[in-house]
Parts: sequence; structure tokens; C-alpha cells
Amino acid sequence: MAATHTTVHLLGLGAIGPGFADWPALAAILRAEQPWSHTPTQIPVLQVLPAAERRRVGVVIKLALATGLQAAQHAARDPAKMASVFSASNAEGENCHALCEALAGEDRFISPTRFHNSVHNASSGYWSIATGCMAQSTSLCAYDASFAAGLIEAATQVASTGEDCLLVVHDSVYPHPLGTARPLLDNMAIGLVLSARPDTRALARLDVSLSTGAPASPAPPGLAALQAGAPCGRALPLLHAVALGLETSVNLEYLAPQNLRIKVSPCP
Amino acid sequence: MSLSSSLGHGLQATLDALRESRSGLSDQRFETVELSTWIGHAAGVDAVVLPDALRRFDCRNNRLAWLALQQDGLMDALAAARARHGASRIGVFLGTSTSGILETEQAYRRRDEAGNLPADFNYRETHNTYSIADFVRTALQLEGPAVVVSTACSSSAKVFGNAQRIIAAGFIDAAIVGGVDSLCLTTLHGFHSLQLLSADPCKPYDASRNGLSIGEAAAFVLLERADVHAPKDDDVLLLGVGESADAHHMSAPHPEGLGARIAMRAAMQQAGLQTSDIDYINLHGTATPSNDAAEAQAVAAEFGMATPCSSTKGATGHTLGAAGGAEAIISALCIRHGLIPGGLNITQLDPALHVNYQLANRDAPVSHVLSNSFGFGGTNCSLLLARRGAH
Repeated sequence: MAATHTTVHLLGLGAIGPGFADWPALAAILRAEQPWSHTPTQIPVLQVLPAAERRRVGVVIKLALATGLQAAQHAARDPAKMASVFSASNAEGENCHALCEALAGEDRFISPTRFHNSVHNASSGYWSIATGCMAQSTSLCAYDASFAAGLIEAATQVASTGEDCLLVVHDSVYPHPLGTARPLLDNMAIGLVLSARPDTRALARLDVSLSTGAPASPAPPGLAALQAGAPCGRALPLLHAVALGLETSVNLEYLAPQNLRIKVSPCP
Repeated sequence: MSLSSSLGHGLQATLDALRESRSGLSDQRFETVELSTWIGHAAGVDAVVLPDALRRFDCRNNRLAWLALQQDGLMDALAAARARHGASRIGVFLGTSTSGILETEQAYRRRDEAGNLPADFNYRETHNTYSIADFVRTALQLEGPAVVVSTACSSSAKVFGNAQRIIAAGFIDAAIVGGVDSLCLTTLHGFHSLQLLSADPCKPYDASRNGLSIGEAAAFVLLERADVHAPKDDDVLLLGVGESADAHHMSAPHPEGLGARIAMRAAMQQAGLQTSDIDYINLHGTATPSNDAAEAQAVAAEFGMATPCSSTKGATGHTLGAAGGAEAIISALCIRHGLIPGGLNITQLDPALHVNYQLANRDAPVSHVLSNSFGFGGTNCSLLLARRGAH
């Protein structure tokens, strides 16, 4: 019996991380047209959000929103009309550190803006404000499995509603001392637009299923540090297959004893 | 199902408190917090000793979860479900807002001169947002999909949607859903900084309401596919999950409750029900001036003055990321026991809120309940629960 699977079509990608500012740059690295080197992640300047909100947002919001907008643009989809799934292991590192530091001090005064920006779903909230989108949006965490967990949620959402869904998996580096307890390579985000239907833009068909026992696929050549460096890096075997137009199956790291098996079929 | 909160541990303690219109709120102090506020403190959390195999997860949030897991035969029900479906066919979908952050708050006080955290600090199994699902999946020996939803105060309502979708897709047959949030300095001081924390027991829908009271809770529901489960008379069905975003503001609801309306309508639509089918609405009802005003507008626009409604946060306090799960269980108790609970702490119902707010308990058959949960970031979720016999 074939394993239970859900089929979605990948319409667009976004990517920001160490050594790449967008999907074309990461795709060139994955195709070995460009060598990868760890140059620090450049946090983009946001063109969206009202000025008052834009002043208040930190690194992770900028990273998540810019990556989502890249993916929506690549897919030629209106961000105001898509459901969204945000997934992160470390969502709001800067605010979390600042709050813990203030709460360890004498007067315990904390900034109200820092507090409401410290929620795990801050990126989802600001995405909705920035795009005017009122469709459902969620924020997930599964530690190192946050990419696979996000993909399962986005794919089953597409399957149940028949509507497109944006997935953004993002991680931000904690300042010291939390950064020592949870070290990450750098700030990084990957965005995907998934659809129930193939259209002329579709990059690949993805058949997503759970697989027990099989090991996770190794990192593409030379990219082991990037794959292991942040939870969203666990997407690299999938992105490698998409960048090269391969027809193949990859196993992404999920929760032991299960991995996420994805059959990747390039769209003509 | 099982629930631990300031109302007590287990379904019977919760039902008794509801029937007696008893609030779990008290003005006792928590930890070193000196704010003037009332809290919904769950008894016995400090005394919990986790089994050795789970000791690495030790923190207030997971201890509270452990207490709830021991109630109402949940462990036995899970063992039976494991035998029925297999460990890999049962998922874990839980909500939390602050996870075990109290551990980190305390560890920051113990930093050394170089600013390093103490060696005994364990980020992954306590602080990280996924900790609660990791803990429950490990404690229940499950091997299926798992994730934590952390969308502030809608978290543990939205998990019902995750479970519904992944069950419908055929990946699993059953899931533990719910949420856990526990008292910590971040939320007490944080809501205080936003001037949303009341100095009195919170008064949802009262004319003089002036903020929320923070509570803590652990809520667990075993959700199973309707077609593989041997039906029992007191089963409660999940008929609808409606979700939306406000696209308005990070910490203030849409002033007309537009996002709330979309969520309520989506839950009704998925269930194929009309507003006249709903016997009771368990409101989000946090007792902040803006939440109750926006929610009442939304409820009035969809339901008019007809449908009985109340907030149970006067009893439990606002249990934040656990509120959706806790109130789904309270709603299920209302269905099972034919109870429409009156809201607590009301002196004068706000005349500007045009809804059928219940001031006293009433015994009545309850077939369909809508339960609302909204949160920071403008996230909204409504659940529609039903008595099996009604379908």
C-alpha cells in the first residue's frame, strides 16, 4: 500500500540567509554555479508596513516579511489573498533577551512594544498588517523540525481548502547569553508558495508523506554547515532538487522516528 | 479530556466550580512579582516531581502539563488509543504562548560576571516553544507528527484546526490537542506595561471592566477520527474551526471585530449550521475594554441579541495560550451536562455591549457551542463543538 501522501505544487520561492539575498542567489549556489561562503545575512529594508509599525520591527520581522514577499512575487500571487504559515524555532530572540534582562533587573520596567513584539506570532501579525490579508495565518514551532512541521501544515491546509498557502520558515540568532544555549549559524528564512493546482509557473510537484526509519538526506555538496546551521536550512535537500530540476525523492529531518519524504517532480 | 487550572484538577473539579459559580482568582503573590493584581494560580505545581526519564523537561509549564495528564484517565485513554491506532498514527498539537520561559527569567538572575547562563539551564526542553509538545509526545510514548502553535491567546484553539487537517489528509487517526501556559514574569509585567492588567478580579463585559487577570492552565483533548472511533454517548464532536487575521494592529483588536466575524462565520460554515442552531457562545471575553467591545460588536452583528453567551475568564482568569483548549473543554462540559454558565464578577453589565450575556447559571440542553479565542497579532479562531446525539 502506498504511504498516505498529500500533493501540492510549488509556485514560488524566497530565500534570505548567509551568503544569499534571494532565491536566484541560493539557487545558483545549489547548482554549484557559485561557491557558498558565510558572509553575514543582510537584513533587507522593508518597503511595506505603515511608518509607525516599520520603526518598531526588529530583524526577524524584516527577514520573514521580505522572504514572504519574495516568494509571493516569484509565484505571481497577491499576498493579500493567501493563507499563511510561519514556522520558527527561535522567533523573537532580540525581544526575548531584552525582556529577560529587564525582568532580572531592579525596576523590571519593560517596554510595551517589546512585549507585544515578543510573541512567537509577531511575524504573522505584521505580515497581515503589511499585506492587509485577513485569511488565516498561523505560527508554528517544532525546534529543529520546524521546516518539515511547517511544510506538513501548509500542505494539509492546501489539501483541505484548495486555496494557495504561503509558508515562511525563519530563524533569528539570539543575543548572548541565550545565543550560547541555542547557537545558530545566522539569521535565515525560506519562503514557499504552495498550490493545489499546477499552473504554468509551477516549479515542481511535491508529494509529501511521512517515512519511518529512513535517514534524512545529506546536505548538498559543500553546504553541510548551512543545512545544520538553522532549522530552515533543513530544507536544502528539497531546494537542491528544485534548483536542479531533478525528479527525485528527498527525506527532510522531522521528529524521530519519522522523517518527511518528498517526491519531487519537476513541472514541464 | 483533562483540565488543570485555578479551578482545580480534572473535569469534576472544573464542573463543580462552574456549577457553584466559584472563581479560581486570588490576590496571592506569584514568585517575586510585586504587581497589584489577581491571578488564577493552579495548585500543587511547585510540588510536582517529574519521573526521572522526563526530568530534563522540568519547568513550571511542563509540571502543570504533567498534573493535567494524570487526570480523568487520560493516560489510560492514550494507552488504549496507542494500541488501537499505533504510536505513529497519533499526533500531538499543542498551543502555548510562553512555554517554560520562567526558567530563563530565573536563569538570567543567576548569570555569572561574564553574563553566562548557569550550567544547569536547559533551553531546548524548557524555554523553547516546542518544549511542551516534545514533553507530551515523550511522556505519552507517541511517534506521530507533532507541532506547537504559538499565536498568543488563540494558540490552543487553532491546534484543533491543525489536527483536523492532518487527520483529514490521512496522516494520522487521532491526536492529543490542547494547550498549556503557566504563570511567568514576562506576561504579568508585559500586560501590566500595556496597562491591560486589572488590579481587581477581571470583570468580563462589565461596564467598569479595566483589564484582565492572568491565569494558568493545562488542557488536553484526545481527538479521534469520527469514522474509526466506537461512538460513546458523551462524545463531543468538533464540527467547525474558523480562523482569520485582523490585518489591523499587534495588540489591539479590529475595532468592529471584523476578523472575529470572519472566524465565527467560517466555523459555522464548516459545520453547515445557522446562527439559530447555536445554544451558547463561550466568549473570548478577556475584560479589557477594547477586546470585549470589539467582540460584542462581532457577536451582535452575527447573532443579534438572541444567543446566550458568557466569558468564563472571570472564573479561570485568562490562561493565554491555554485559553482556547481550556474553554473548548469547558464548552464540552456545558454540552455534556446541559449547563449555560453565567459570567462572574459582574456588577453592572455594560449597556453598550448588545449581546445576550448570561449573569447566572442556567440548566438547559446544549447541543452546539461556539467558542471564541483571539490574540495579539490580530489572530482569531472560533471552534464549533456539538453533542453527538444532535448529529
